[in-house]
Amino acid sequence: MKLYLRYLAIHFKSQMQYKTSFFLTLIGQFLTAFSTFLGIWVMFTRFNTVKGFTYTEVSLCYAVVLMAFSLAETFFRGFDTFPRMIGNGEFDRILVRPRSPVFQVLGSKIDFTRLGRLLHAAVIFAWAIPRSGVNWNAANIATLCGMILAGSLVFAGLFLLYAGICFFTLDGLEVMNIFTDGSREFGRYPLSVYGDAVLRFLTFVVPIALFLYYPFLTLLGKSDSLLWRICPLFALLFLVPCYLVWRVGLLHYRSTGS
Amino acid sequence: MTPSLRLRPYLSFFRLRFLGGMQYRVAALAGILTQFAWGAMNLLLYTAFYEADPTAFPMDFAQISVYVWFNQAFLTMFMLWFLDADIFAAIRDGNVAYELVRPLDLYRMWFVKNLATRTARVVLRCLPILVVAAFLPAPYGLTLPVSFGAFLLFLLTMVLALVLVVACCMLIYIVTFYTMNPLGVRIIATSMGEFLCGAIVPIPFMPDGLRRVIELTPFGAMQNLPFRIYSGHLSGAEMWRGILLQVFWIATLILIGRLLMAHALRRVAVQGG
Amino acid sequence: MIELSHLHKTFRVARRNAGMGEAVRALFRREYTEIHALDDISFRIGDGEMVGYIGPNGAGKSSTIKVMSGILTPDSGSCVIDGCVPWRDRRAHVANIGVVFGQRSQLWWDVPVIDSFDLIRDIYRVEAHQYRADLDELCDLLELGEILRTPTRQLSLGQRMRCEIAASLIHRPRILFLDEPTIGLDAVSKLAVRDFIRRINRERGTTVILTTHDMQDIEALTERIILIGRGKILLDGALDALKAKHSALRRIAVCFAPGTTSPAARPLPQGIALLSADEGRAEFGVDTALHSVSSAIECLTRDIDVRDLSVTGQSTDELVISLYEEFRI
Repeated sequence: MKLYLRYLAIHFKSQMQYKTSFFLTLIGQFLTAFSTFLGIWVMFTRFNTVKGFTYTEVSLCYAVVLMAFSLAETFFRGFDTFPRMIGNGEFDRILVRPRSPVFQVLGSKIDFTRLGRLLHAAVIFAWAIPRSGVNWNAANIATLCGMILAGSLVFAGLFLLYAGICFFTLDGLEVMNIFTDGSREFGRYPLSVYGDAVLRFLTFVVPIALFLYYPFLTLLGKSDSLLWRICPLFALLFLVPCYLVWRVGLLHYRSTGS
Repeated sequence: MTPSLRLRPYLSFFRLRFLGGMQYRVAALAGILTQFAWGAMNLLLYTAFYEADPTAFPMDFAQISVYVWFNQAFLTMFMLWFLDADIFAAIRDGNVAYELVRPLDLYRMWFVKNLATRTARVVLRCLPILVVAAFLPAPYGLTLPVSFGAFLLFLLTMVLALVLVVACCMLIYIVTFYTMNPLGVRIIATSMGEFLCGAIVPIPFMPDGLRRVIELTPFGAMQNLPFRIYSGHLSGAEMWRGILLQVFWIATLILIGRLLMAHALRRVAVQGG
Repeated sequence: MIELSHLHKTFRVARRNAGMGEAVRALFRREYTEIHALDDISFRIGDGEMVGYIGPNGAGKSSTIKVMSGILTPDSGSCVIDGCVPWRDRRAHVANIGVVFGQRSQLWWDVPVIDSFDLIRDIYRVEAHQYRADLDELCDLLELGEILRTPTRQLSLGQRMRCEIAASLIHRPRILFLDEPTIGLDAVSKLAVRDFIRRINRERGTTVILTTHDMQDIEALTERIILIGRGKILLDGALDALKAKHSALRRIAVCFAPGTTSPAARPLPQGIALLSADEGRAEFGVDTALHSVSSAIECLTRDIDVRDLSVTGQSTDELVISLYEEFRI
């Protein structure tokens, strides 16, 4: 933990070396996310509801996915830029150090500019939470926090999977963006909007719906299933196969050395 | 010098860029898959809205399908934030002074460079998406153009829209001569440009007041125009007005770009780079 | 103690020919070429030794280093370093080694060097008091002082390399692997880096394994060299003995007054050969197995108006070239 704080400090210090760029990029992240929100707003100037969800409900959903994603992107970005790390031999350096490679990759890149999106998500939250009609009791607050945390860990799992595959392909597998960036972009609407097939896929294959959709229904009072409320916990199981792929990839890397 | 001789350096540049872009086949394949998924998800989303209230839809569903598929297929051609890092670097490091040594018109060279990069990228990517989209069942698939005339106008406005987007990018590069830090301008271009030109939600979906304003700006004359002409959503007087505006904006932006660039380059020459 | 015996490692490299058709075919059936990166590598290095590990590019140097530092798992053979098998007990093993990759940096680009050092201290869990004492010592030796407060990006290449080496020594490794530590450095920095490596070896008893293409590094630092070519150890021995064996040849250059008789014009005995002749200057090669240097000089300068004369042995560079030629690598 102390070491992770040290990593945080050194990244912060590095990025503060270029203050103008840092703040401009931060603002950029904030504004870019805003254009997506404008997209939602435009649609709801024409339509009152979509699949029974109102504008504020959709906004809440959007804020959850965005916050989960930006947390993951800030703190797990080392895996996102992993192909470069293998390419320039930086990963060999990690292997000659007596700490877990996963931990070191985590520490190798922490991008605070991504907090711009987080800030944006926070603004949307501040706007949507009082308007959403959700009864903000302890259970619902806990559910919301669980959704966000589990969400960022699922995204982290996707990044880890991506990095694990990189060991074999040595190049980034851009297709993975469909799940990471795609979930961020399309998770802005409650997932049932995309129909049953997509919902099933995002439940059983890539468990985005487990932290984003089912608990969201209990939050809105559209369901009172306890099982659905604790769905985010099941989403965490996704980390197991991701970690396994990473392990296998690491073994492969160490036997081919390239 | 004959015109063909004068064009040759630009053409060879174009070819180089094109071949360079062709090398990233795997990346292109990934891009195609991603864009296909994007398109499909968008259509599912519009389906949900359509079910919610068909009367609130400003276009036929088949027309929105055409728009969504074109948007994905020609993404790399029209997205405003697809800027050339080399040019920014040349401006920042002052290497632009070396470019001035070459007997070429710098504005035209950068212009061609951007045209070439965008075209090279899109040629590889658009066909598979369009072919698959064409075979999807109605109303989700890509339909034929409403008429042959519309198709010709579609091609014309596509080219004009590309030229307009590049003219717009040129302004972003040139402004960097003055601000030196490209980030600020880029942010505005990427965050708002995408929304304003209809890449997130087609312009007809926007509230009336906003829509009318956007349609007068250069943003309204980009992808908005050809995609809607193809599907017949835009025709008659409104269409001709759009094309006229498109031509007007191309001329204006290029003129502004050239004037600003001449001024900026004079400054570079005075400062010695 | 480092002990390698019968290490083997084979890589399969996909072969692909140019052209579109070939690229499509490669999707279905790939042809592989096997490369024996390590082919029965055995050697033993004692504590506190300094060894130069040399060979042309692609000979297997970096594969060996990767095996010894736990990055790469060999196909067969054993490697035991201070009781650890590097690839099996990787984390325990790497706590005792330091690695400097000459062309890549382990320092953080934008922050003062000391911040990188602090981070590395935390990675290796070095005790605070030991760290302080060591850091002072390293700074002394390397004359880092002011440099520590400077961001890495503002350092000269020589300063940076000294910091890189210091960074690899913060956890007091018993073994230090140096991969081209002087690449790209100017003459003064090279000397400083070499001097530092020597002192670390002497004062801390650190075992140093050095791969380099710079023969002056080898000459200045190592007593023993191991030559590897095409995955095999070709030679392993003391540098001096090797030089003695391979440098029976001496060059004698004679400068004489222009217009007078040239020593090149006379008949030469067997074992002395004319290498080059210019107006006023001639160079000869002498096989010292047949002629002593003094008798060769005597023979070459008789009746000549000598202005200057020099005798040179074979340089280490030439030695290595002749070794490469001998082993055809």
